[in-house]
Amino acid sequence: MKITLKIWRQKDSNSKGAFKTYVCDHVSPDMSFLEMLDVLNNDLIRKGEESIAFDHDCREGICGMCSLYINGHPHGPLQTTTCQLHMRSFKDGETITIEPWRAKAFPVVKDLVVDRSAFDRIQRSGGFISVNTGGVPDANEIPIPKKIADEAFDAATCIGCGACVAACKNASAMLFVSAKVSQFALLPQGKPERKERVEKMVAQMDEEGFGACTNTGACEAECPKGISITNIARMNREYFSAMTTSYEVAVGGGE
Amino acid sequence: MKLDSKIPEGPLAEKWTKHKFNVKLVNPANKRKYDVIVVGTGLAGASAAASLGELGYNVKAFCFQDSPRRAHSIAAQGGINAAKNYQNDGDSVYRLFYDTIKGGDYRAREGNVYRLAEVSVNIIDQCVAQGVPFAREYGGLLANRSFGGAQVSRTFYARGQTGQQLLLGAYSALNRQIANGKVKMYTRSEMLDVVIVDGKARGIITRDLVTGKIESHSAHAVLLCTGGYGNVFYLSTNAKGSNVTAAWRAHKKGALFANPCFTQIHPTCIPVSGDHQSKLTLMSESLRNDGRVWVPKVAKPGLKAVDAVSIPESERDYFLERKYPSFGNLVPRDVASRNAKTVCDEGRGVGATGLAVFLDFSDAIKRDGEAAIRAKYGNLFDMYAQITGDNPYKGPMMIYPAVHYTMGGLWVDYNLMTTIPGLYALGEANFSDHGANRLGASALMQGLADGYFVIPYTLGDYLAGMSYEKVSTDRPEFKEAIDTVNSRVNTLLSIKGKKTVDQFHRELGLTMWEYCGMSRSEGGLKTAKAKIQGLKKEFWSDVAVLGGAAELNQELEKALRVADLIELGELMVDDALNRDESCGGHFREESATPDGEAKRKDDEYAYVAAWEFKGEDQPEQLHKEELIFENVKLTQRSYK
Repeated sequence: MKITLKIWRQKDSNSKGAFKTYVCDHVSPDMSFLEMLDVLNNDLIRKGEESIAFDHDCREGICGMCSLYINGHPHGPLQTTTCQLHMRSFKDGETITIEPWRAKAFPVVKDLVVDRSAFDRIQRSGGFISVNTGGVPDANEIPIPKKIADEAFDAATCIGCGACVAACKNASAMLFVSAKVSQFALLPQGKPERKERVEKMVAQMDEEGFGACTNTGACEAECPKGISITNIARMNREYFSAMTTSYEVAVGGGE
Repeated sequence: MKLDSKIPEGPLAEKWTKHKFNVKLVNPANKRKYDVIVVGTGLAGASAAASLGELGYNVKAFCFQDSPRRAHSIAAQGGINAAKNYQNDGDSVYRLFYDTIKGGDYRAREGNVYRLAEVSVNIIDQCVAQGVPFAREYGGLLANRSFGGAQVSRTFYARGQTGQQLLLGAYSALNRQIANGKVKMYTRSEMLDVVIVDGKARGIITRDLVTGKIESHSAHAVLLCTGGYGNVFYLSTNAKGSNVTAAWRAHKKGALFANPCFTQIHPTCIPVSGDHQSKLTLMSESLRNDGRVWVPKVAKPGLKAVDAVSIPESERDYFLERKYPSFGNLVPRDVASRNAKTVCDEGRGVGATGLAVFLDFSDAIKRDGEAAIRAKYGNLFDMYAQITGDNPYKGPMMIYPAVHYTMGGLWVDYNLMTTIPGLYALGEANFSDHGANRLGASALMQGLADGYFVIPYTLGDYLAGMSYEKVSTDRPEFKEAIDTVNSRVNTLLSIKGKKTVDQFHRELGLTMWEYCGMSRSEGGLKTAKAKIQGLKKEFWSDVAVLGGAAELNQELEKALRVADLIELGELMVDDALNRDESCGGHFREESATPDGEAKRKDDEYAYVAAWEFKGEDQPEQLHKEELIFENVKLTQRSYK
């Protein structure tokens, strides 16, 4: 296959970027998209040109490190991660445009690499159940209906890649945040901190500069793990319920 | 050097309890006076950093990825073993211990393995409390399955993504400690050296992968939770970034490296499709429960899956069923892998490369119907179709073995301390619990056991005897380490050769796979050694690394890793040469029974081979830690 690539090149976060065109004329349809870039990079290096920086690690669709905005879609035309996309999904002679995730909260680090640390900061603000190691009850002491456990699991499969943000015209992170909020809101272990969690995570999301949700559903359509926007609805309910009912417990009343 | 495993005295079942009582404690108010560095944030690293932060230590955690959640533990599929005996099917701590030590072909320590089985039950409790959504039965209790040929159902799982859910659990615990200010997290930060002050590990040197800045960090102890070195084979199921650099740098500073040749080859991976291949994808070996493995009796080069359907039964060789009538397609990983390689070496392999065998579900589909097979393996079939473009419902799958896990690693004692005081190794980075072969669903167990339930006790024992005084990163030991790292970086950038890092890595991998993979011989290993030595010279004179030191430079990152993998490769070959027995995951051609099966030599090789670095281009020195078996009787495996 012969493929023409228009790739975003940007030296660092302070520089201005631009598209650069490359032609690859020995692409195999069995190559993964990232392997096609590997081959291009090796060719560039042998020609004395600097390789194109892109994030990737596990290459089996689970670590969430790979990104790339391909022909106007995060992770390309299929609902999968870029590392699981193969060149047989493209036509011989096709021109493919590759950009980094575009979002204010995800600044470009270099070429196609962006900084997604905003996601980590949101998780730190409340995406956990406060238990220390040891001293926990036996695992079977808390029965959880299978349906609830499965629903929580579906939400928990988010890989934190950021495709939802990249797909959204508002660069909203609602799908990402709601997946974690849902997982813990559904499970009995998450109940004690339920209200505080959603309040904190939403506040952090806003502080990071992600946009608002206008229910276009683009995030769900592009999510490589098929996370449902039902989670966003659930987070909205959790949030409003927390805002209207949570209160500071007065202390010292017994003295 | 005398290797002291520090296994506590006394009956097996009481060793850990006694040891926990005997270790020194650090007063709660004093824990904040100690700094601990944790390198790597997979299951071992994240669980250790979180647990130590909760106890009150000041932790600095490091990962090379952009987030701690991306460590490669996340890719583990199958499950995690625990001796809960929830199924009332006869499991116990002792049985898990026994299965693990036997599965490792009697090349692990009894004391370590028993402790692992003992704390396995706590791991499940911990993960559930964190909100890990394990599979459940309709009654709301946890589900289990039998895994990897185990005779009891002790494996807990979360669909085919158990590693992801366990890692996200540990990541959430880590996040909580970051939010509490007890853990400081450094992402996109790679450890390039360990710093020894007065004979103790007191810090590390890192490179900020975004700015290129070389930084010093000091602490009272350093924990390496940096995973395995399967990427020495270039093609493996490891993540692209997985590497040996942290462990290897520690080795060169004095930490012994144990059993480096012990690697695990997984039989059911998707075969290589061409020279562009960058990694291999594993499919759960549960597929072998219903799939039948075969190749044509007579070589048919380039045979495609779609054409396989028309090959009559009489012309097919179901070689596993033929050679191992009682276990058939369910023989252990090493036996299945080795036999696949043998038939391919005979020229009977299938597919474009000839490096594949068929895994055929047509009988199962006939027997149970397509719907039943779809319900069982739907996601795996989809994954296969996505990667290969073939429909496994219409023709057989093609599979081939791939490197999956490395049992060898830094030598550690019962406290998980390496031979450098204050330097610990946890999880896959150490050698301690899996012997010569790891059982399925035991890697996740070991990573979390080390991080949640072992290191919080054993680290205190070391720190309790130490002064609170911090060492300054202005000390000459730090400066010297920084200079070494800088000069390595600058040398790599100044070579300006013609071959890319990937080319060198691929060549190394081919050599390792051919001569130091599933099947080894003295002649082959000697060839490999010469090739690797040549490759090392060529690398340092002809590698092309463009760009600068003070920027995000992915080629430089790779070059630094591959340089260390090359050196490790040579040590693996030395270790394999020394071990003239067939054992666990690998077959030594000179050590076989008359019918060609693996022959272990317990009277000669029942020891841990721990290697000491003696200087650049000097032969490493072998130290032996004899393995003492007081509770189990050593038996030869047979699957006939």
